[in-house]
Amino acid sequence: MDSHRINQLTHQRINQSRRDTDMKIVAIDKKDWEKGLDRLREAYRLIGPVKEDRYHYFRELPQGQAPDFDFFNTRISAKEIVYPQSEDLFEYTLDETKEDYHLLKEVEKDYSPKAVLGIRPCDAKAVELVKLNFDTDDYKDPYWLRAWEATTFVGLACDSPCSTCFCTTAGCGPYHEEGLDVLLADDGDRYVAKVLTEKGENFMKAAGWTEGAEAEARFESGKSAAEEKIVSTVSTEKLRSADTLALHGNEEMWEDISFSCINCGTCTFVCPTCWCFDIQDEVHGKQGRRMRNWDSCMFPIFTVHTTGHNPRGTKLQRVRQRFMHKLKYFVDKYDAGIMCVGCGRCVQQCPVNIDIRRVCDLMDRYGATDACAVEG
Amino acid sequence: MVNYSDKIREISKRLLKDCKVDMIIGFRKGSVPMMNEPHFARTAEDVDELVWDSNCGINLANYLTDRKEKIGVAAKGCDSRNIVTHILENKIKREQLTIIGVPCKGMIDKRKIAGLVEGEVLEVTEDEEQINVKSSGGKKSFKKTEVLQENCAVCIHRNPVVYDEMVAEPVPEQTDVDRYEDVRKIEEMDPEQRWAYFDDLFKECIRCYACRNACPLCYCPTCFVDEAKPQWVGKSQDPIDIRTFHFLRAYHCAGRCTDCGACQRACPVGINMRMLTKKLEKDCKDLYNWEAGLTLDSRPPLDFYRPDDPEDFIK
Ligand code: SF4
Ligand code: SF4
Ligand code: SF4
Ligand code: SF4
Repeated sequence: MDSHRINQLTHQRINQSRRDTDMKIVAIDKKDWEKGLDRLREAYRLIGPVKEDRYHYFRELPQGQAPDFDFFNTRISAKEIVYPQSEDLFEYTLDETKEDYHLLKEVEKDYSPKAVLGIRPCDAKAVELVKLNFDTDDYKDPYWLRAWEATTFVGLACDSPCSTCFCTTAGCGPYHEEGLDVLLADDGDRYVAKVLTEKGENFMKAAGWTEGAEAEARFESGKSAAEEKIVSTVSTEKLRSADTLALHGNEEMWEDISFSCINCGTCTFVCPTCWCFDIQDEVHGKQGRRMRNWDSCMFPIFTVHTTGHNPRGTKLQRVRQRFMHKLKYFVDKYDAGIMCVGCGRCVQQCPVNIDIRRVCDLMDRYGATDACAVEG
Repeated sequence: MVNYSDKIREISKRLLKDCKVDMIIGFRKGSVPMMNEPHFARTAEDVDELVWDSNCGINLANYLTDRKEKIGVAAKGCDSRNIVTHILENKIKREQLTIIGVPCKGMIDKRKIAGLVEGEVLEVTEDEEQINVKSSGGKKSFKKTEVLQENCAVCIHRNPVVYDEMVAEPVPEQTDVDRYEDVRKIEEMDPEQRWAYFDDLFKECIRCYACRNACPLCYCPTCFVDEAKPQWVGKSQDPIDIRTFHFLRAYHCAGRCTDCGACQRACPVGINMRMLTKKLEKDCKDLYNWEAGLTLDSRPPLDFYRPDDPEDFIK
C-alpha cells in the first residue's frame, strides 16, 4: 500500500469519525468509573494495566478489578492484545480411525468485543503500524484482523512521560490519537474523554458515560505540557535520503553498534511495532495443533534455511537487520515514518544497553553525509 | 572506583601500544542509569571510552567465545572464573588473553534501587561506599552494601583468580556470608509448595532467552530449545515448555556456573532463574567439594571421569 493511500485511509477514518461523533468530549466522574466498568462488562471483555510483582502488564480485568492507571508504561507492549505471543490457528488429529483425520480445522476463538483501557498513545499508533503488515491489498491476516476489529482502544494520555520516551520525534506523542477510539486524560476527580470514532462512541454509550464537557482546553494544555516533558529525541529527517547500500555497508559502524548484543529476543518481543512470527506444529499423542509464535530477527535460527545455510549468520548482520528494517527499509517502503513509536522499552530493557536513539542518530547522520560523498 | 577506570585505560593503552593485544574488551558508559555497555577498544582513542564502576554486572567472558584475536580483557572475580571455564572448555586460549584483573566490591542491583525510590530513576552516582540516586520523586542515598545484586551480596570470590595485571590491590573477601540460605528454604518445602514456587517464579517468562545469551556457559552453536531436527522442546508460551527450558539449561550449567548473576541481571522481567543454578552449585559443593572456575588444573566434576570414583553406578 503506498503512503498516499495510507494517509487517505487514515484521514478518511478520522474524518468519518469526526463527522459521526462531532469530536465529542465527555466527562467521567471518577466516582462513576467502577460503575461504568461494570456496565461495560456486559458488552465487552475488559483489559487494562495491572501490576504484577514489579511491572505492569495488560491483563483481563475480572469483575471487581479496575485498571491500574498509576504506571509509566507496561513492561510488554499492548501488541499482544490483538497478536498474542502464542496463538493456536488450527488443530487436527492424526488418528486414522477418526473421520476427520489429517484435516486442519480452525481453532475456535473468542472474538467477542473487548476493550483495552489505558493503552498509551505510542502503543496505539504502533497497532496502526503493525496493521500495515497484517492488512494489505494482497494479504489479509484473518486472525490479527478479527482480533483488531473486536477491540476498542481506549487510550490514556501520558502526563508524566519517562526519560526514555522519544515519541514526539518518532511520529507520535503523549496525546497522539492515531489508532485510538477514545483518548482519556486524567483531570483530577474526573477523566475527560475525547471520543474519536464510532467504536469509541459505542463504548462510551455502553458505559453510560455521556455527559458532554467543555474540556478542549484541558487536552490542548495537557498536550503541550506533556510534549514539553519529553526530553529524549531522535533525528530521522535524513534517513529517507540515505543511500541504503552505503549505510548497509558501513561495517565499522555496525561493529561498534552490535558488539555488545547477545542476540536475545528482548528488544523485539517488548517492542509494540515488531511483527515477525514463526509457524509451529506441535503434536501430543495423536492430537496436533498449528500455532504461530512471535519470532525475532535477533535469533540466529530466524533465517536458517532448510539446507542449513544461514544468510544472516553473524550477530552484526542480525543487529543491522533490526535497525535497517525499523529505520530504513520501512521508511522507504511505506513512507509512514520510522517503524518505532519511541516507547523506549527496548532502551530500558536491552540487557546490554544498545540504544536505538543512538543508532538512529548515527544512521541519520551517516546516511546523509555519505550519500553526498557518493554522489559528489 | 574512579581510579579503576583510569588504571584500566592506562594498562589498555600500554597493551595496545606494545602490540601485546589486538583489542581490549571492557565497558563503556551506558545511556541510561545503572547500565554500562560491553565494548571493545582497538586504538588509544577508543580506550578513553572505557569505564569501570558498579554497573559492570554483565559477564565479559561471554564476549571471548571463539574469538581469534589477542585480547586484553577486564575481569572481576566472577568473570575471571568464567574465563577459566572458557579456557578449560577450549572456548579461548590462555595465551590469547591478557587478563586485567579488577578486584570487585560488588555490582548494584538496578531493580532493587528502582523499587526503593519514588518515580523513575534519573541518575545514579557513587562515591566509594555510597550510591546516590536522583529520581523523579527526589534524591536518596544508600550504602552500597544495601543495594548489591543478590549474587554479589553473597560472593566469596571477589578477586580475580587468574590475571596478568591487577588494577588495584585485592579487596578483602567476604567470609561471614551464608551463600545458600535461599536454596535451603526451597529444599525445605514439600513437593507441592516447591512446584507452586517454580510455577510462580517463571510465570512472566517471555522466552527471550536473554538469561541464556548473557551466560558465558551457553555457547552451544544451536541450543536444545532452538534445535528443530529433532525438536526437543515446544516453542510456545506453554508453561511446561518454559520450565523445561529453564530446568535443562540449569543442568547444562551444573558444575560450571560461577553465580556471576549475569542471567538474572539480563532478564527483562526480573526473573530469578539463579535459584536453579544455585541449587546445583550447592550440590556440587556438597557432593564434590567443587567450586567452578577456581583452577585451570582440574575439570568440572560433571565433564570428566575418574577411575577412583566412589560411586558404583558409573563403573
Ligand atoms: S539489542 Fe539488546 S535486547 Fe536486542 S537482541 Fe541485542 S542484546 Fe538483546
Ligand atoms: S524500537 Fe524500541 S523504542 Fe521503538 S517502538 Fe520498539 S521498543 Fe519502543
Ligand atoms: S548461569 Fe547465570 S550465574 Fe551461572 S555462569 Fe551463567 S550467567 Fe552466570
Ligand atoms: S531472560 Fe527472563 S524472560 Fe527471558 S527467557 Fe530468561 S527468564 Fe525468560
